Amino acid sequence: METMIEEKKTKPRVDMREQPPLVRARNFLEVPYGYTPDEAVEEASRCLSCKNGPCRQGCPVEVDIPAFIALIKERKFLDACYKVKERNALPAVCGRVCPQEVQCEARCLMGKKGKSVAIGNLERFVADYEADHGDMKIPELPKPTGRKAAVIGSGPGGLTCAVDLAKAGHQVTLFEALHKPGGVLIYGIPEFRLPKAIVEREVEYIRKLGVELVLNAVIGKLHTIDELLDGDGYDACFICIGAGLPMFLGIPGENLNGVCSANEFLTRANLMKAYLFPEYDTPIKRGRRVAVLGGGNVAMDAARVALRLGAEKVYLIYRRSEAEMPARKAEVHHAHEEGIEFMLLTNPTRFIDDGKGNVCAVECIKMELGEPDESGRRKPVPVKGSEFQVEIDVAIPALGTRANPLLTKTMPDLTVNRSGYIAAEEGTGMTSKKGVFAGGDIVTGSATVILAMGAGRRAANGINDYLKWKYWEFKA
Amino acid sequence: MFDIEARGIARKAKPGNFFILRTHEQGERVPLTIADFDRERGTITTVFQKVGKTTHHLGTLNEGDFITDVIGPLGNHSHIKKFGNVVCVGGGVGIAPVFPIARALKEAGNKVISIIGARTKSILFWEEKMRNVSDDLIITTDDGSYGTKAVVTIPLDEILSKEKVNLVVAIGPAIMMKFVCKTTEKHRVETIVSLNSIMIDATGMCGGCRVQVGGETKYTCVDGPEFNGHEVDFDLLMKRLQGYIPEENIAMNHIREDMARRS
Ligand SMILES: Cc1cc2nc3c(=O)[nH]c(=O)nc-3n(C[C@H](O)[C@H](O)[C@H](O)COP(=O)(O)OP(=O)(O)OC[C@H]3O[C@@H](n4cnc5c(N)ncnc54)[C@H](O)[C@@H]3O)c2cc1C
Ligand SMILES: Cc1cc2nc3c(=O)[nH]c(=O)nc-3n(C[C@H](O)[C@H](O)[C@H](O)COP(=O)(O)OP(=O)(O)OC[C@H]3O[C@@H](n4cnc5c(N)ncnc54)[C@H](O)[C@@H]3O)c2cc1C
Ligand code: SF4
Ligand code: SF4
Ligand code: FES
Repeated sequence: METMIEEKKTKPRVDMREQPPLVRARNFLEVPYGYTPDEAVEEASRCLSCKNGPCRQGCPVEVDIPAFIALIKERKFLDACYKVKERNALPAVCGRVCPQEVQCEARCLMGKKGKSVAIGNLERFVADYEADHGDMKIPELPKPTGRKAAVIGSGPGGLTCAVDLAKAGHQVTLFEALHKPGGVLIYGIPEFRLPKAIVEREVEYIRKLGVELVLNAVIGKLHTIDELLDGDGYDACFICIGAGLPMFLGIPGENLNGVCSANEFLTRANLMKAYLFPEYDTPIKRGRRVAVLGGGNVAMDAARVALRLGAEKVYLIYRRSEAEMPARKAEVHHAHEEGIEFMLLTNPTRFIDDGKGNVCAVECIKMELGEPDESGRRKPVPVKGSEFQVEIDVAIPALGTRANPLLTKTMPDLTVNRSGYIAAEEGTGMTSKKGVFAGGDIVTGSATVILAMGAGRRAANGINDYLKWKYWEFKA
Repeated sequence: MFDIEARGIARKAKPGNFFILRTHEQGERVPLTIADFDRERGTITTVFQKVGKTTHHLGTLNEGDFITDVIGPLGNHSHIKKFGNVVCVGGGVGIAPVFPIARALKEAGNKVISIIGARTKSILFWEEKMRNVSDDLIITTDDGSYGTKAVVTIPLDEILSKEKVNLVVAIGPAIMMKFVCKTTEKHRVETIVSLNSIMIDATGMCGGCRVQVGGETKYTCVDGPEFNGHEVDFDLLMKRLQGYIPEENIAMNHIREDMARRS
């Protein structure tokens, strides 16, 4: 036994083959090619099939990782996919975008000595295999319950909740403000990281489950929640509208032309397909020298889109050091490889006008790490007199997002916290308003795809119970 | 001018609201004001000026044609109550959005004087509609081809010098709104303007529509489109409206070539 483990530990992790950095930096095709079946089996063979699967505890939805990997070893790829899907409805998405290095793979025993099993890559492989080989398996639906539920927002949280509610036999309507469903998966995360065809396939699945999808429906404007509950006969609502309001730095020159939020930049590129302009009508600024401000996934995505739009130089300006960057490690690595220039421990102080209302440079100041702050991270403090300027023609603040009050301000009887996030019970998604549940980024603040999905699932369970017992008690 | 069947929006629309449309799958999201609505028929009316690719495309559509997406009603509606004497100023296509506001103000018991202006007679519209909801209607054209040869601020200045006015509502090109506000500031009359920033989602998600009002950054789509005109930084608005001119020219050329190929 010992020797077998030793042997496995010395086996190298099977990396996914990828487009070469300098090629992919100029196209919008997906970066990794995916495993071949043999590569997947090879990587799966490194898994120790640990009895209590410590990796599972690292996964927010507790995918049965040892079990699905064991099925890969037996080349039962479709079964492996169904195994994952028992807990996670969107494996093709999560395999690609979960921050595995701090979740499942962080707990993997193999990671203690060498490299953890590539759980994300394997999850992606089985999902893609199913897409290529399996029929879309539509589960047998139970007898209709006669209950109606409305899900507001079609991001990962809303999609998951709608699937679960439909599977429970309820009549589900999914309302989405934009003209395409998918939330951040469609408008935020770029094609080269998450091909839109994958999201479309998932949406197709929920349509087949009988969920009615109403696009272009801004709830709060077109209908209020009260109208849905009282007039339109919905028995419950799940609010999963994300935290979409972009933050700016509040420094001089931020409203100059050429400065646009990462949300705007990515929405133009992804949702409106502006990278195909003028075939598609929406324009986007193709900068020659682009500065992206921030260090999260959003910043990485914006920087890499700017590069693909033809920028000669893309600077990633971040006020802490690389170790503190909240972005997925794989994407930081990809960004480095593609030639994004990291300017760390640097903070922008103002944007400079070319005299015609366009940004022509950003002034920055050097930072050094001081005492740890409340979050435990060492707080960056400016170095006096270290200001310098960087010549740019496009600047993209990617500083995170906040709650959008558009819907909640039409609901005076809904409790929100000081920052505008909805107060909801963790286990059920129940809010202060009877019949209304909430989850995802609008409750937690910007988080991850898998956490939003977990919230969607718990809310579906909460709604099921509520529809059965009509019992409501909210303790925030 | 167009009537669009959009039952849900017609049911909810109020003066001051706008909507977003996309004409086709590759199209951009374009904001237009809801100039009128008919709740019975379930239609909304919009009036637009052909300035670029999308509006030219809209101009080629015929009765019975479909457009891909209509989203609304968006933005805050106008604050309507009895103010007393109000002056409604509409410039160019701005006449359209001013109309439902003037009508609502009239219905609320105000005395409504309207001033509508255009570059030249041929592009002036809705004179009768405006007359029906106004106690007095003044028409101006830049070239004098109809009404008084003047810009809208001249009769406005005269009125404000003559009588007590409690509120001015002005909608039109940014430059017109800027000078209306200069005029009303002189007479210390509260002035509401409706801004036409460039928008994408129009739900507060992108910040593309941001403007400076009273020294603060605001989003036209969710905080507006109406603002206190005396607080708006019109120069910034005008600069931001120019932000995509090179790209828009490319788009226009693209559509011209496309049309030439087809014909
Ligand atoms: C650029 C970017 C990259 C990211 N990368 C990663 C990553 O690699 N890995 C990861 O795990 N997470 C990543 N995230 C975070 C992750 O995408 C979010 O945490 C997740 O999408 C939240 O899901 P949600 O369902 O709560 O909301 P969202 O995905 O935000 O969806 C909300 C939906 O609700 C709609 N909506 C909003 N208001 C209304 C209304 N009034 N009426 C109707 N519909 C409405 C919106 O249009 C949207 O479609 C990234 C985020 C961004 C922006
Ligand atoms: C709240 C609001 C209400 C409006 N109501 C009306 C109306 O009732 N009638 C009308 O004719 N116009 C209205 N506009 C302006 C209208 O949206 C633009 O004229 C239209 O988007 C131009 O699109 P295009 O493709 O034809 O031109 P483009 O070639 O794209 O642009 C030409 C010019 O239009 C402006 N523009 C471009 N894109 C946008 C955009 N997405 N949003 C706003 N402006 C843009 C720019 O200043 C640009 O210089 C309104 C705008 C707003 C924000
Ligand atoms: S869902 Fe995410 S965290 Fe869970 S196993 Fe899959 S990749 Fe890991
Ligand atoms: S901890 Fe690692 S080795 Fe153990 S079962 Fe999970 S993936 Fe396999
Ligand atoms: S149009 Fe995007 S925030 Fe207003």
